[in-house]
Amino acid sequence: MSDARVPAGRGDGFPGPSGRPWPPVPPVPPGPPAPSRPASLGNDAWNDLRRRPLFTGSAFLMGIFLVMSVFPQLFTSVDPYDATTCVLAEARQGMSEFHWFGTDNLGCDVYARTVHGARNSVVVGGATAVLTALAGGSLGLVAGFRGGATDTLLSRLTEVFFAIPAVLGALLLLTIFRTGEVWTVVAALAVLAWPMTFRITRVEVITVRAQEYVVAAEALGASAARIMFRHILPNAVTPVIVISTVNVGGFVAAEAGLSFLGVGLRPPDVSWGLMIADARGRFLEAPEPLLFPALFLSLTVLAAIMLGEAVRDALAPKPR
Amino acid sequence: MAATGEPILRVRDLVKHFPLRHGPLRAQVGLIKAVDGVSFDLGRGETLGVVGESGCGKSTLARLLLGLERPTSGSVTVGGGEITRARGGELKRLRRNIQMIMQDPYASLNPRMTVGDIVGEPYEIHRDAVPKGDRRRRVRELLEIVGLNPDHADRYPHQFSGGQRRRVGIARGLALQPEIIVCDEPVSSLDVSIRAQIVNLLGRLQDELGLSYVFIAHDLSVVRHISDRVGVMYLGKLVELGGDGEIYGHPAHPYTQALLSAVPVPDPEGRERRRRIILQGDPPSPITPPSGCRFRTRCWKARDVCAEREPPLRALSGTGHAGACHFAEPREAPPPA
Repeated sequence: MSDARVPAGRGDGFPGPSGRPWPPVPPVPPGPPAPSRPASLGNDAWNDLRRRPLFTGSAFLMGIFLVMSVFPQLFTSVDPYDATTCVLAEARQGMSEFHWFGTDNLGCDVYARTVHGARNSVVVGGATAVLTALAGGSLGLVAGFRGGATDTLLSRLTEVFFAIPAVLGALLLLTIFRTGEVWTVVAALAVLAWPMTFRITRVEVITVRAQEYVVAAEALGASAARIMFRHILPNAVTPVIVISTVNVGGFVAAEAGLSFLGVGLRPPDVSWGLMIADARGRFLEAPEPLLFPALFLSLTVLAAIMLGEAVRDALAPKPR
Repeated sequence: MAATGEPILRVRDLVKHFPLRHGPLRAQVGLIKAVDGVSFDLGRGETLGVVGESGCGKSTLARLLLGLERPTSGSVTVGGGEITRARGGELKRLRRNIQMIMQDPYASLNPRMTVGDIVGEPYEIHRDAVPKGDRRRRVRELLEIVGLNPDHADRYPHQFSGGQRRRVGIARGLALQPEIIVCDEPVSSLDVSIRAQIVNLLGRLQDELGLSYVFIAHDLSVVRHISDRVGVMYLGKLVELGGDGEIYGHPAHPYTQALLSAVPVPDPEGRERRRRIILQGDPPSPITPPSGCRFRTRCWKARDVCAEREPPLRALSGTGHAGACHFAEPREAPPPA
C-alpha cells in the first residue's frame, strides 16, 4: 500500500484551524550542497586532526617510539642482551662517536640500551591501555545498559578498587607476584586502572541510552545486542578512546616507576626505569646513563598525553 | 476521515505508577501516578488527538501504547494481540503494527548512521518484512514518499534541517507498513512554517496508506487540524473525550474550557469579545493527586462532592462525547481558536 508514490510538496487543502485551508506544501528545500564523500563523524575528526600540529607532532613522536620498539635493530646494531658487548674497562664513559650516549657502570652502550628499552615501555603502556579499555569499557557498557542490580553490584565493586591507593596497590601486587615479567606488570596496572574506564563508560552509556534514537530502535523491536553495539557503543565510545590514549602515558611512567623501585621488570630485562635506577648512584660523575633514558621516558609520556588531547579536541562536538 | 468498523487499537483502564525510591536501601517513598486509568478505542483510519499540559502523562501513555513500558495494570490491544502482555517474538510481531514518531527530530536519529541505514534498519530487525535485494529500493521509495531526495540516502543526519530530519523519522516509522502510528509531539520542536508541511504530510500519508494516528501534542490548533476525535488529559486521566467538533465547539469539562480559552486568537475583534478563563496555580503533583476529582483544586465549579467522589468519564451525548466532571455541561466554545 505504501508503494503509492506522490510528487513531493503537494498541498492537501486540509482546513486550517481558522477554517481556511493551509497553504500548499512548498517543495522541500534542497539540503546543503553534497560533499564529495559522506561526512561521517569519523571523517570529520580525521580531517580535523590532520590539520593540528599538536596531533601531527605527537603522532610523529609516537610513531618513532613504536618503530623503535618493534625494530630496535634499525636504530642500533648493538644487542644489549648480549653481555659480551659490555666492556667493563670502558665503564662510565661520556658521549663519543662509538658510544653516542656514553656507557654505564658495566661498560654497556647506553644508546643501545635506551633504544631497546622502548619495547617494554610501549608494550606495558599499550597493552595496559587496551586491557583497561576492554575490561572497563565492556563492564561499563553492561552496567549502564542493564542498570538495576547489575549496575549497583558493578558500581560498588569499582568503589572497592577506588579505595586502594594506586602506588601501594601496585607495590603490593608486584611484591606478591614477583615474576619480574612484563605481563605481570601489565596485569597489576590493569587491575588497578580499569575502574576509571568503567565509570566513564557507564556514565556515557546511561546518557546515550536515554536518547530518542535508542528508544526508536527499541520500538522497532531491536535486540539488546543491536541496541548496545549499533546504537549505544558508537555514540559512547569517544571518551573511552580519549581516556585510554591519555592513560598510555600514565602506564609508561608507572612501569618505569615500578621498575625503578625494584618490583617491576628486573635485569637482565632492559627498561628505562631500571636504567635510571642503576645510574642514580653516580649521576654527578656520569650523568648520561640517567639523562637519556629519562629523556626518552618523558618524550613518550608527553607524546601519549598530547595525542589524547588532540583526539579529544577532534572528537568534541563542535558547532557547524 | 472517520472511524470504520472494528477498532484496531483498544486501550482499557491503563495504569502506570512509577515507584519513587529514596535513600540507601532504595525504600519506596511514594508513587508517581503518571497514567491512571485511561481507556479509549482507535478506529481504522482515525486520528485521535491527545492534549494536555506538560507532565500530564501524555508521553508515558505513548510509551505504554508501544509496549516500551510495562503498565501497572490495564491492557493495550493492537491488531488482536495484547502488546502489554506480549514478550519476545510475539511483542516483535505486534510492533510491526504500531510504530512511533519521536518528539525530537534532532535526538531521534542516530548521528553515526546514514539516513539510508536509519530508514532501512526496520528491515534488518524484521528480516522477513522485505526480501534483502529489495531493501535499498524500498528505502529510496520511503524517502520519496516523505518528500526527501532518495539520492541523499548516504548522508548523515547532521546534514539535514529539522524539518528534513522529521521526514526521515516519519519514513522510518512507515517502513514496516504499520496500521497505527503514535506521534509524540511530532511538530512541537519545528518552526511554524515547517509545522504545517509536516502536519499536511501526515494527513496525506493517512489518506494514501490508511493509517491511524494517536497524535499527542500540546498545540491545540495543530491537534484540531489533524484529529477526528480529541482526548484531553489532566494528571494521568482522560477528563474529556469526543469528536473534534464537540471538544472545540462545546467543551464540557471546565479544564477543557479553560484550556481552549487560552489559545491565542489571531483576530483583534475576537480577542476583545472572548472570555479567558485563568486557572490559578500549577497542576498538583502526580505523587499525591487530590482526592476525588483531580482538577477540583483549580476548578471554579468545585463543590464538596468533587473532593469526595471521583467523577467517572460518562457519556454526555449519543455521539461518544464523554466528560469526567460532576457538573459537566457543554458550553458554547470560546470564540474560534
